Amino acid sequence: MTKKPVISARDLDLTFETNDGPIHALKGVSLDIEKGDFVSFIGPSGCGKTTFLRVIAGLEQATGGDVSVNGMTPEEARKSRAYGYVFQAAGLYPWRTIEGNIRLPLEIMGFARADMPRRIERVLKLVDLEGFGRKYPWQLSGGMQQRASIARALAFDADILLMDEPFGALDEIVRDHLNEQLLALWAKTEKTIGFVTHSIPEAVYLSTKIVVMSPRPGRITDVIESPLPRERPLDIRDTPEFLEVAHRVREGLRAGHAYDD
Amino acid sequence: MKQLSARFERIAWPLGFGIAVLILWQVMVRAFNIPPAILPAPTEIGAAIARSTHILWIDWVQTAVKGAITGLIMGAIAGVAAAIAIDRVDFLRRGLLPVANFVAALPIVGVAPIMVMWFGFDWHSKAAVVVIMVFFPMLVNTLAGLAATDRMQRDLMQTYSASHLQTLTKLRLPAAMPFIFNGLKIATTLALIGAIVAEYFGSPTRGMGFRISTEVGRLGIDMVWAEIAVSALTGTALYALVALIERGVTFWHPSQRRRR
Repeated sequence: MTKKPVISARDLDLTFETNDGPIHALKGVSLDIEKGDFVSFIGPSGCGKTTFLRVIAGLEQATGGDVSVNGMTPEEARKSRAYGYVFQAAGLYPWRTIEGNIRLPLEIMGFARADMPRRIERVLKLVDLEGFGRKYPWQLSGGMQQRASIARALAFDADILLMDEPFGALDEIVRDHLNEQLLALWAKTEKTIGFVTHSIPEAVYLSTKIVVMSPRPGRITDVIESPLPRERPLDIRDTPEFLEVAHRVREGLRAGHAYDD
Repeated sequence: MKQLSARFERIAWPLGFGIAVLILWQVMVRAFNIPPAILPAPTEIGAAIARSTHILWIDWVQTAVKGAITGLIMGAIAGVAAAIAIDRVDFLRRGLLPVANFVAALPIVGVAPIMVMWFGFDWHSKAAVVVIMVFFPMLVNTLAGLAATDRMQRDLMQTYSASHLQTLTKLRLPAAMPFIFNGLKIATTLALIGAIVAEYFGSPTRGMGFRISTEVGRLGIDMVWAEIAVSALTGTALYALVALIERGVTFWHPSQRRRR
């Protein structure tokens, strides 16, 4: 079965002009993401992984090459509600309750009022936050806030979820738990997920496809199709298959760094 | 129970201190035989207040309500509206902001007589002076507030393809509220001062500023102090009212949260 890619990038270049001369944030980046994929972008800071995600979301304009999302430009895709975006910080509005925060995109996109409570309830259930809808964000822990921000991104039924180091600011134990929950959510909703991280175990545990990137200029050095099954208990991380993939990711990161020292 | 006694203590301390000052004042005036024209005793001021409640009421309505509060409301709305316009249109930022800066630097003693010539002797000219005084702090604080959102919050709105108006009403204005209330607190104090001082430059035969300037001429110092007491109480009450509304509107701000 051959699937048409949902996200397709061809020879993407992005150069920021700064006072110290141009910075090549992305150079010659080509990648296809298929429907239902869980793709992680991993690399040291400055490798352009976040920039790449922002280009896919249309938050940043590529200076060369093509990118299409659902066969459209990123801007068109955004207007057709193709993706939900989860940022590094939860970024919930403190003057709105959790429900109110999830309602925010629905209000902006003009969903019917009567439809909102049902949607809010459904996504709260998906992220395991039932009963917390009337709390304010600052009354919840960091992990719960980030889950609420995922619920917010899910509320309007986008097929694609773009996540920019969503668990980067959380401690290891909370992060493990959220990774497990994210996999369950992914299995349940069959979304296509783009996930930026700098943690090798996180990338290997979550992904069907791992994109290794390196800096100066930002480029893709390796794309690894994970041999791991879609169903993954946490202790899969001790299996030889897992360690082998992790090893290959590490090698890819090291190769990208070789000219540095 | 503990909370109740904490609240009682919060009120009891300043109240007790104030009463102590009044008693000391009374004793000093009596002990050193200070003439009433220099400093009347608190009891004399109290007597003046009791004697002239009707005049004080008329003056209060004229100056505090018609002059200060009307001007405060108009100036605050104008300041916030101008900030929203300046924030939207870069041409206004470059053109209007320096002009507003210039107007804010005008001395009240110069502006007040001109406003009297423009808007007549009654409260309208006083409200106009208050508008001018209040406009700038409201403008500057609102502008700072509108700039207070971070990039991630604005990116989030962009991922929803939110319009400028939606971003303004759903993100930037709510985020600006703590700043707007800061401006409003400054403005309430300025409004009362402006309305009183403006009456020195022409007014009908009522108003707190009018009364103060004429009673000074007649050496009715107890009446001057009575007006001062009324204006101080009004200013405090107005400030407290703004702080109360602030607590309701910006309950989510870290500076207000612990009270919930």
